[in-house]
Formats: sequence, structure tokens, C-alpha cells
Amino acid sequence: MTTLATPQSLVDQALAVTTADDCIVIVRDATSANLRWANNTLTTNGVMHGITATVVSFIRTAHGVATASVSGAASTQAQVTALVEKADAAARASSPAEDAADLVRGAASPDWDNAPVPTDVHVYDDFAPALGEAFGRASGAGRVLYGFVNHELTTTYLGSTTGLRLRHVQPTGHYGCTGKNAALTESAWVGGATRDFSGVDALALDAELERRLAWGSRRVDLPAGRYDTILPPTAVADLMIDAYWSAGARVAWEGQSVFSKRGGGTRIGERLTSPGVHLYSDPAYAALECAPFVVASSSGNETSVFDNGLPLARTDWLRDGELTSLLQTRHSAEMTHQPVTPVVDNLVLDVDGGQGSVADLVAGTERGLLLTCLWYIREVDPQSLLLTGLTRDGVYLVEGGEITGSVNNFRFNESPVDLLRRFTAASATVPSFSREWGDDYFSRTATPALRVPDFNMSSVSQAM
Amino acid sequence: MSGTSGTADAGDLGRLDPTFTSLPYRSLGDAALSRARELGVAHADFRFERVRYQRIGVRDGALQGASDTEDLGFAVRVIHQGAWGFASGVDLTPAGAAAVAETAVAVARVAASMTAVPVELAPEPVYDDVTWVSSYVTNPLDVPVAEKAALLVDWTERLRTGAAVDHASAYLLQVQENKYYADLAGTRITQQRIRLQPGFEAMGAGADTFDSMASIAPPVGRGYEYLTDGSHDWDAELEQVPELLAEKLKAPSVEAGTYDLVIHPSNLWLTIHESIGHATELDRALGYEANYAGTSFATYDQLGTLRYGSPVMHVTGDRTVEHGLSTIGYDDEGVQTRSWDLVRDGVLVGYQLDRAMAHMKPELAGPDDPGGRSNGCAYADSPGHIPIQRMANVSLQPAADGPSTEELIGRVERGLYVVGDKSWSIDMQRFNFQFTGQRFYRIADGELVGQVRDVAYQATTTDFWGSMEAVGGPQTWELHGAFNCGKAQPGQVAAVSHGCPTALFRGVRILNTTDEAGH
Repeated sequence: MTTLATPQSLVDQALAVTTADDCIVIVRDATSANLRWANNTLTTNGVMHGITATVVSFIRTAHGVATASVSGAASTQAQVTALVEKADAAARASSPAEDAADLVRGAASPDWDNAPVPTDVHVYDDFAPALGEAFGRASGAGRVLYGFVNHELTTTYLGSTTGLRLRHVQPTGHYGCTGKNAALTESAWVGGATRDFSGVDALALDAELERRLAWGSRRVDLPAGRYDTILPPTAVADLMIDAYWSAGARVAWEGQSVFSKRGGGTRIGERLTSPGVHLYSDPAYAALECAPFVVASSSGNETSVFDNGLPLARTDWLRDGELTSLLQTRHSAEMTHQPVTPVVDNLVLDVDGGQGSVADLVAGTERGLLLTCLWYIREVDPQSLLLTGLTRDGVYLVEGGEITGSVNNFRFNESPVDLLRRFTAASATVPSFSREWGDDYFSRTATPALRVPDFNMSSVSQAM
Repeated sequence: MSGTSGTADAGDLGRLDPTFTSLPYRSLGDAALSRARELGVAHADFRFERVRYQRIGVRDGALQGASDTEDLGFAVRVIHQGAWGFASGVDLTPAGAAAVAETAVAVARVAASMTAVPVELAPEPVYDDVTWVSSYVTNPLDVPVAEKAALLVDWTERLRTGAAVDHASAYLLQVQENKYYADLAGTRITQQRIRLQPGFEAMGAGADTFDSMASIAPPVGRGYEYLTDGSHDWDAELEQVPELLAEKLKAPSVEAGTYDLVIHPSNLWLTIHESIGHATELDRALGYEANYAGTSFATYDQLGTLRYGSPVMHVTGDRTVEHGLSTIGYDDEGVQTRSWDLVRDGVLVGYQLDRAMAHMKPELAGPDDPGGRSNGCAYADSPGHIPIQRMANVSLQPAADGPSTEELIGRVERGLYVVGDKSWSIDMQRFNFQFTGQRFYRIADGELVGQVRDVAYQATTTDFWGSMEAVGGPQTWELHGAFNCGKAQPGQVAAVSHGCPTALFRGVRILNTTDEAGH
């Protein structure tokens, strides 16, 4: 028995009752299912369902267009009507918006009438039994497993008084498992993104952890310093996401980021990295598909509610090492005299000539370090985009093209922009998953592994 | 004002928001718990939440965006066949609540085959229909948006009168959190609290650099009166920040090395949060965060023996301090909140707990509670998330007759005085950290001699706290904090305060961040 209204009817209801000059309604139906484990036993789990609506009201005045955004749970017509009333009233009480622009008109998705697509705990019908078996296998072998899997399906409906009727179904899933030896002195991690959990095998994850933990049978303590370092795709994703999030055009234009030109303006048109480096987003990139139109619940430096519904396409941020675009709203594009290039919810790094895998980079390294992933990454200085953070769950010594042991963890201080200038080798680009940002913010990345000759390990971390 | 001591106040009932109390949470809770009982669970709790958020942002005198968000829904958590089961939903009907309870039980059945250690909870008295409301005068969400936006516009315009200021931004975050908790034991709790985070920042460029200077005003568990009642001198800070930015833009770059540090509460709170607050969470020490935020160097076997810091170090966990961001009457497992010691005389003596962990380590509660007793640290940030062990207000205590900030600076021959937080990072066992700040003043022969730039301090937790020579007196103690502490999978955020005095540390490593970036 349910009393829930359809998302389309919620959109229609909102647009029918608004008294604003214009109105945009975003309805999201989101379901998720997760399993979490530690110490070889399940700890928490859950199945969640939420329906939220965002109502953006626009009021034209003699001084400009005022707008306000109100979001809330909305599973009934009465709830969405209440949101509209609040949004309309808030817009009338607001000041003219600095990013005012004509609303996008008329686009419609052919699947607009389709129902939301849900997920539930059955997405783990194959994974869960294997996980139980992996717990037993790990316990028997003196390993301890800690991990988490999550699968979400969000169906977004975007409608407007200017005729938009856009729908997008976004699957988002990821898995991660940390393994430790019984003494808790060695740690390894494997993880990745998935759209449907097909092919994600808990026993295979445990087997890979077993292999990596075996590398720790020889322990080598190294001091802080600059090392020839191989960053695997997950660590490159960790760093590139920070670079992407720092690429706001307005902030650069106003002189406050690594992408600002000294004396004014942006560095668009400058070669920032090595030739052959391409950083781009593409809503149609295979396995990383994301919304092909702008969905903005509120305005800020990199988003504008007026841009809702703008089509998104492949956008090159770095092309052959040259900065070609920054994150633009129509407002910032007018300010910076550049094309409109809004945020896209995936990110790809390609390097011309990049080939092979992490193993190939290891084989080509005489002496250096192989990381697993990075953690607690924070910006230290926006001028250089200096980031600090730590290695985690496996730093390995490479000697003569082979992994010969495990090394202590380090704190690093590095700039991702500078790394793209200094690296000496790249693997092929593959789907990757940021350990730092993938769980909650940004899971759709494809990156190569990179070898950096003088990666700055600022100090030693005792963490194991 | 009421309800700030951690005990319920009958007067709180009348202060609950009627737009919340008119919602059908009691009937939904009864339906969900009744269905869970029918299905034979060992424990069931029902949590109904409405959390209202409003964010207003202003940049260079223009409103950049105003948005309201309301998170509304309910969750059912059960222990069945020794396993947790959790489900949440938004269908606000008794049938919908019963269906969510059924889903929670079904999830527990799936989980049971993978649960090696049966889940049990430490006992807690039954609280029969109590209420609690935090200490505030004016709900900021009741203040018209236009009034708040006008205040922020005024702030940015005043900042931009400074010659060094090219751009200025300001924001105001406001939260109203209402929760109803009920469980099969008979507890019924209704609560309401308010929190507020104002902030502003001025940006400017020098000859070969750009930088910013932000407000050091803390976020608070207070109402809109925080902006008007003189508890923080906004006018003075708005006047000072442009001058401080101008000085910073001309300041010399620091020489890397070892310095004595005098650290103001506006910076030290964050170091406490990262190196003590998270490290004394028992779920981390027991491995339950190992795949995400990490574990802790402060392992359980070291309780009572770990030399955490110098003998002047006394740290408490507290969910009852007035205006604290983590302050509440009862936690999300129906446990009455309290305060207790975490570090006493520099030695680890306690942890932060929820009911499941309290059952695992009953000795932490003492002989009066042989089955263990939670210290009230369970929290879920939304109706869609399961309660997990979250941080109390973890605070460093002042010395009863301790020195002033000026006296502490006067004891330093060569050092830095650190004010305001900025960048922060710590490893997954809370050993190695690196922090920056808003302002670093050079200290020479006991006196401040102007700002320096490009500074970060880096240390290992126990070395750092072991180097703490002195803490300031109560007159230097301030309550700072954050809205956005992240933890768990799926990720949750929590607000938490940390009080501390100004403190003196000897021989801390200082980095030059420009050197760190150089090649």
C-alpha cells in the first residue's frame, strides 16, 4: 500500500500552483542499499528510499530577477505544494540575482513518462554469499577484512514553466575492502566503481588483498624525501578531482586560484602541463555516463539555477597540455569572455602514448615507490594548488622492476597541476576510483597510472 | 532558555516547533514498532527526523544564492537473529511505517548469515515521553531572508572598503534539527536544537602573491541573537580583517625550522578535533572505521597507560555544554547525555561510546553499571542514515589560575603565535598531522613582531601534546567547532564544538609551504 505520487505528477503540480513568473522543479527519487563490514563480520547495513523536490522560483522586478530555492521531502502533492509556496514567497522577499539569465526552453527527454528505477538489497544476491565465504576464508588465514559496498539509483526529473521536461537515471555503485594481517601491522586496499555490481566478486577482492599483504613479508623503513613514485589510477583520480574542483572560472578570473593569470584574468590558453596531457569530461563516456544536462539546486561560483537544463557535451579542460576551459556558468562565461562550459559529473585523464598497466610501470622502474591510494587530501595553498595528504594501505618498494617489500606511510605535499608537468611515464587510461572522494562525491573517473620522478614525501607517518 | 544541562525540562514541551509536533510521528512510530514486535525482533527503535537547513551566500555586495532544504523522513532499526537491520522511508502513513519495519527485518535476515558476533546493547533507563530543547532565543530560520542577506551584503561592502581587499564573500548557514525517538523498551523522546554558522572572507593580491583573511568567529549552538547580542564583536572583526590581510600580503615568508608555538583557541580546536576527538572514538579503536576514516593509535589495550601528552593535559568529552554543536539531551539511541574524562593528567582514561560498544566494554562504565553504559555518542545526520558513534564536544580544559595569552607569549624567546584555522590533514591512525592557519605572528623575546606567511606546522600527535608546556587560564578558553565533520559509510556529517584555552607548545616543526611546493 502506498500513497506516493509519481515524480511527473509532482512536477506538474508544482508548475500548476506556482505564482512566480517562472519556476523550475527538480524531483529526485533515490534508492540505495549498502553493506558494511569490519573484523570479518557485518557491522551495519541498510536500504533507503527518499524522494526530494527542489523548487526554484523566479520573480521579475524592475531591478532584475529575484530567485529562491527550496528543497525538501516531497512524496505527496500537498508536500510539493508547500514547497512551492515557500519558494515563491522566498523569491518575492529576495534580492535580484547576479546570475540572472533567460531560462532554458523546451527540451524534453523521450523517456519523461517512465517511472523511477529503484535498487534494493537484491543487488547483492551474488555478492553477499561470497562475502560471507570471504570472511571465513580470511579468518582461517589470519587476515582481517573491513569494507563497504553501496549501490544507488537516482532518477531525476527536471521540469520548468519554460517547457523543460528532462529525465535522467543515474546508477552509482562502489566497493572497497581493506585487508590487514592478524597483527594489524600490514594493510592493503582494493576498490572500484560499478554501475550494477555485476562482476564484483568478494572472493576475488580477498584474493587480491592476500596477494598484496604478501608483499609486506619484507618491511623496509624509508625516511622522508623525494622519491621516484608510481601513482596508480586510483591515486591519480584522488588528485585530479581536486584539480577539477579548483577550476572555477570566476574564482580564477578574480585572481584566487592556480588558474589565475598574474595581473588579471585566467590562464586559459597557457600550456600548464606536459604536451600530450588531456583532461576532459564527457557525459557519454562509456561506463562513466552521467546527466547530459545541467541540474543546479542553488547558485554559487560554479553553478547557476538559471542554467538548469543546459545541454552538456564533451568538454576539454586541458588539451595537449594547454588550459582550454574552466568551470563556467553563463554568468561567469560572460564575465570571463569564454564559452559556457558547466560542470560535468565525470572526469577523464588521457596521456598520448600512455600504454600498459601499473605492472608495466613497475617493470620499468629501477628503484622507487608504488602507492596504493591517498587520504585526507586538503588544499594548503591555492596559488600553486599545493595539496597535502597521506599514503594509505600499501606503499611498496620497487627494485629492479619488481616489488620487493612494503614501506612505511608518508605525508606528501604536492600540486596536481605540477605533477602533470613532471611525470615521466603514463599507463593506459582505465576506469578508476578515488579513495578520498569516490564514496560520497565523485566516483566517475578514468585515469592512467603516472610515474613521477621526485614526488615530495614531506614526512613519515607511523600509521599502519 | 532551558534544557542545557542534559536533563529534560518540562518547559521544553512548549518550545517545540508546532510545525514539527503536528507531524504524525507518534502514530508512525507505534505502527513501526508494533510490526517489528510482531516479527519477533530482539530490539527495535524508530527515529523520525525533520532537519531544516538554510544557506545564504553573498559575494562582493550581491546575493549569490539562498537555498532552503528540509530533510524529512523516518527510520527503523532492529536487532534480529543477532544482526542489525535498518531501513528508512518517506511514506508518512502507518502502513508505510510498518512496511519499512518489515524491510529492516528482512535486511537483518540477510545480514544474519554474515554476522559473526551477535549484536547486543548496553542497558539504558526508559525515558517516558520526555522533551529537550537547546539554548537559544531566536530561531534564525524565523528571520526573513532579506534581513539576513542585507546583513551579509553590508559585511562584504564594509570589508571591501579596505585598500588591500579585491573581493569579499560572506555566508550564513542555519540548521533546525527536530528528532523523535521511540523504542520497544518504552522510551519516547522529542528534541529540538538550533545551530548557526556565520562567516566572511576578504581576498586580495600583493606584488607577487594573493591571499585571504577570514573571520575566526566560531559556529555555535545559538540562535540569531549571536549576530546582535555582543557575544562576538562583529564590528571590530570586520574592521580588523582588511588591515590584517594587508599586513599578511606584505609579510615575509617564514623560515622553516623548529619553533615554540602559542596557539589560540581559534586554531587549536581543530588540532584537538583531529588528534584527540577522532582518536578517542572507540569504534575507530576497535576497527569499525578501518576501511574509511581509519583506526586509532589510542588502542584499547593502552587505556589507563598511554601517555597522550604532558601532565597539564586534561580533556573531556561532553554532550551537555551550553551552545555546543554536539550538545543534546538524549542521543539517537535514547541515551541521556553526560560529560566525562578522556585524558587526565596527560594519560588516556576514556573513550566515546554508543550502546553496542558499551556492551562490549562494560568495564568503562564502572561498578554501578555492570552491563556497561553508553556515554551518549550515537548520532545520525538524517532520517536516511543509521546512528553511529559520533563525537561529543571534546575539549581541553584550562588551568584554574592559568596565565593569559600575553603571559604565554611572554615566555617564548623564538616562536610563532597562531590564530584561526585553515588547512588540516591527519593520517588514518591519527599520528601525523599538518595544519595551517589564518595568521602566524612571529614572537621574538616574548613579544609579537608582525605576521609571517606560508606557514604550516607538522607533528606527531603524542609528541605534540607532550610538548605542551602550559595551558592558559579560564579567561583564554573559547568554544570553537565545525558543522561538517565527516565519518562512516555511507558518509555522514556532524557538527561538533571543541573548547580550549590558549596553550604553549615547545619545539614544533614549521614548514614553509612555498618551499614544499618548489622544485
